[in-house]
Amino acid sequence: MSTIQNFSRRAFLQGMFSASAFVLCARLLPEKLWAEAEPSVDPVAATPFHPSVFLGIEPDGTVVIVASRSEMGTGCRTGVPLILADELEADWSQVRIAQAIGNAKYGSQDTDGSHSVRDFFDAMREAGATARTMLVEAAAQHWKAPAAECQADFHTIVHRPTGRKLGYGELVEAAARLPVPKKEAVKFKPRAAWRYIGKEDVRLYDLRDICTGRAGYGLDARLDGMVYASVEHPPVLGGYVKSYDDREALQVAGVRQTVTIDPFKPPHAFQPLGGVAVIADNTWAAFQGRKKLKVEWEPGPNATYNSDAYRKELEATARKPGKLVRNVGDVEAEFSKGGKIIDAAYYTPHLAHASMEPPVALADYRDGKVVAWAPTQDPQAVQATVAQVLKINKEDVICHVTLLGGAFGRKSKPDYVAEAAVLSKKVGRPVKVVWSREDDIKFDYYHSVAAMYLKAALGPNGLPTAWLQRAVFPPIGSTFALNTTYGDAGELGLGWSDVPFAIPNLRAENGPATAHVRIGWFRSVANIYHAFAIHSFADELAHAAGRDPLDYLLALLGPDRIVDRKTLPTDYPNQGAPYDAYPIDTARLRRVAQLAAEKAGWGKQKLGKGEGQGIAAHRSFLTYVATVVGVEVDGEGKLKIRRVDTAVDAGTTVNRDAVRNQFEGAAVFGASLALYGEITASNGVINQSNFHDYQVCRINEAPAEINIHLVESESPPAGVGEPGVPPFAPALCNAIFAATGKRLRELPVSKNRLI
Amino acid sequence: MIRFKVNGVERSFDGDPELPLLWYLRDVLGLTGTKFGCGMALCGACTVHQNGEAIRSCVTPVSAVASAEITTIEGLPASGLHPVQKAWMEHSVPQCGYCQSGQIMQAIALLKSKPHPSDQDIDEAMSGNICRCGTYKRIRAAIKAAAQEAS
Repeated sequence: MSTIQNFSRRAFLQGMFSASAFVLCARLLPEKLWAEAEPSVDPVAATPFHPSVFLGIEPDGTVVIVASRSEMGTGCRTGVPLILADELEADWSQVRIAQAIGNAKYGSQDTDGSHSVRDFFDAMREAGATARTMLVEAAAQHWKAPAAECQADFHTIVHRPTGRKLGYGELVEAAARLPVPKKEAVKFKPRAAWRYIGKEDVRLYDLRDICTGRAGYGLDARLDGMVYASVEHPPVLGGYVKSYDDREALQVAGVRQTVTIDPFKPPHAFQPLGGVAVIADNTWAAFQGRKKLKVEWEPGPNATYNSDAYRKELEATARKPGKLVRNVGDVEAEFSKGGKIIDAAYYTPHLAHASMEPPVALADYRDGKVVAWAPTQDPQAVQATVAQVLKINKEDVICHVTLLGGAFGRKSKPDYVAEAAVLSKKVGRPVKVVWSREDDIKFDYYHSVAAMYLKAALGPNGLPTAWLQRAVFPPIGSTFALNTTYGDAGELGLGWSDVPFAIPNLRAENGPATAHVRIGWFRSVANIYHAFAIHSFADELAHAAGRDPLDYLLALLGPDRIVDRKTLPTDYPNQGAPYDAYPIDTARLRRVAQLAAEKAGWGKQKLGKGEGQGIAAHRSFLTYVATVVGVEVDGEGKLKIRRVDTAVDAGTTVNRDAVRNQFEGAAVFGASLALYGEITASNGVINQSNFHDYQVCRINEAPAEINIHLVESESPPAGVGEPGVPPFAPALCNAIFAATGKRLRELPVSKNRLI
Repeated sequence: MIRFKVNGVERSFDGDPELPLLWYLRDVLGLTGTKFGCGMALCGACTVHQNGEAIRSCVTPVSAVASAEITTIEGLPASGLHPVQKAWMEHSVPQCGYCQSGQIMQAIALLKSKPHPSDQDIDEAMSGNICRCGTYKRIRAAIKAAAQEAS
């Protein structure tokens, strides 16, 4: 959670970075993209009035708002500052957004877990309201009038009795001399007076730059004298260079030298993978040089990793009792009574993020200090990782955050930035590391492969009297600690331990699995496989009970209620949010399920041969989402996703059109992983390499129609970037079942014949 | 020496003729609006115009554009926006935005050859351009709006 610091810290902040760092910023080309970094790395300290680290106001009225979160396409670089601007009563056209470098003074900058708006909503409002209060006071003193007679109104302070006005810019010098009021003395605007929050007139701050090719991504960062690097990584995780021959590589025009990068010390965490880098005058020469490298590798311990055999192991583990995650009642006692018992096993493979901009970073090491420009979700992790790898102080690592050409969790892991820093130190110049698409696909931090086993006993009314669910997956924790084989409370809290169904006997378990590749967060993370299994199984039970899947889903949710915190695991993290403010509210889940169904014409449409609808409703990142997918499967088994209706209750939302865009995109992202997504390994080497063998949805394969239905809500803000993904795959497979009678218990769909 | 025009400016190049146009534009000229996505003409992020037609610059060697006119996203009218760019902004198409230079250049080429494209025309012309954020619905709407605008 962020805290606001007042300007008494200014001296400290200004003294933090050396003058040489500023000189480097000035040499960046093209100038326009990077002008923000001048003249200081603190974008608001140079303004005369900056009552918060997030805000400064210039004498010409320009409001500078710091975006401390990374923009990877979720819109938070616009949406979070917009909250501040609203509370400040600022004219958005006079707002300039400045991207923060990595610095703990901004609170956590780790842009993941769909919590930018949620965690910074109050901080932004407080910063805006504080400045507004000071501007009001400054105007009141100027007019020698009571502050109560003065009011902020769209970039001006108005003296109501006389109608006199002063612009924000005219007041900054006087306001800067005032003490920063205590939090308790600051009043927030009433909800009805919100100008931007919950509206949709404000476009992305970078929209015009994006549409004119001027937006600055990591790949676009340049420094005078920089060289380009491409790294040949060990093909198997944990492997290392035995020997290499670079004679032919050095013959390639534009290649300057080769440099080795040491292998990581386990656990790998965010350390570089190691390998051999080719340094060249341009990106292509570096790529070409790599093709001519002859490297002999020591494969290391993970060369035994074969996806087919591993799948069998996971599935066998899922059939055995696992570690208890959550228990209500006694499922075994219920199962032993006999009756109608149904079980099913589900499987989902590894996935690669495949952001359109592959991992890339520019770093300049000199005199024990590093300045980096990177498309990173977490500049503070860049600081920590570069410092660790180069054995320097993290305060000596400056990380500028560019726009991210997509990330989806990949760019929260800064191994590629550390590579650039290591290489810059070794070659004595600024180095830009560019990963090829093949590097990106073959050396990702993969989404976990997972096997799930579910079993239920159905009572006389067809509803489950007992429900057992077991998940087995190599956990993300394996990236950070050796021999980690069980999921942690965070992963298991992603749609597994918090299944909201009203079932008297319910047991969730987790079995062990050893990771052989790097495992990491991927948009919506473990919710993907958990939701696939749970909502596919719910649909299976509905059909087994001879009931409509929507009615059955609503019956599973039971009476509207707040799920009793005591029935959840004691370590259930609830995304780090307090349970009383963000409880599991089954009424909200029911509402989105009904809304999606109603909008999709559930039960109202006459479906033809080969047509079907499927539904899934899932709470993740504190947001309630239901998706209805409508499909058509033709006589040859060819699938067409006709229509998607997604209903969303994300609590209070800021920029509603941007929110819709996220959920539209989530349907496509969900379709990509459901239809095609699969990463496999043979002898530890990843088999896929580029978009021909790791396909993602194209415009002709994406759902033909996507409708997003946002619930009006005054609940506190929840997640938006990720929660649209989990319900998609089960809703799709449930629709395929409705259309064809073929039940898919594994992804991707494309591996299965549909008729 | 290979001669051609980039955004109306005469250029000559005497380096490796196999250098893909993409890297010439980005690393030599500093025109970074054209993006790298796959290096195999699979994703369309690198799309530019050669004599008005969309090409994938990542697999087009500089030698193949001798005496051609190349237009990149930076070469679209500097004053005012192209109708396709306007439509892209009107429909708030981008999320991360990285692929959108290529999408816009591809869409402009489509509308030049088919001023009133059907859904199927759009599918055929745009299916080589991947948007991992999944903005296809808005891309389609923006193309139709730009077509409407032009008529």
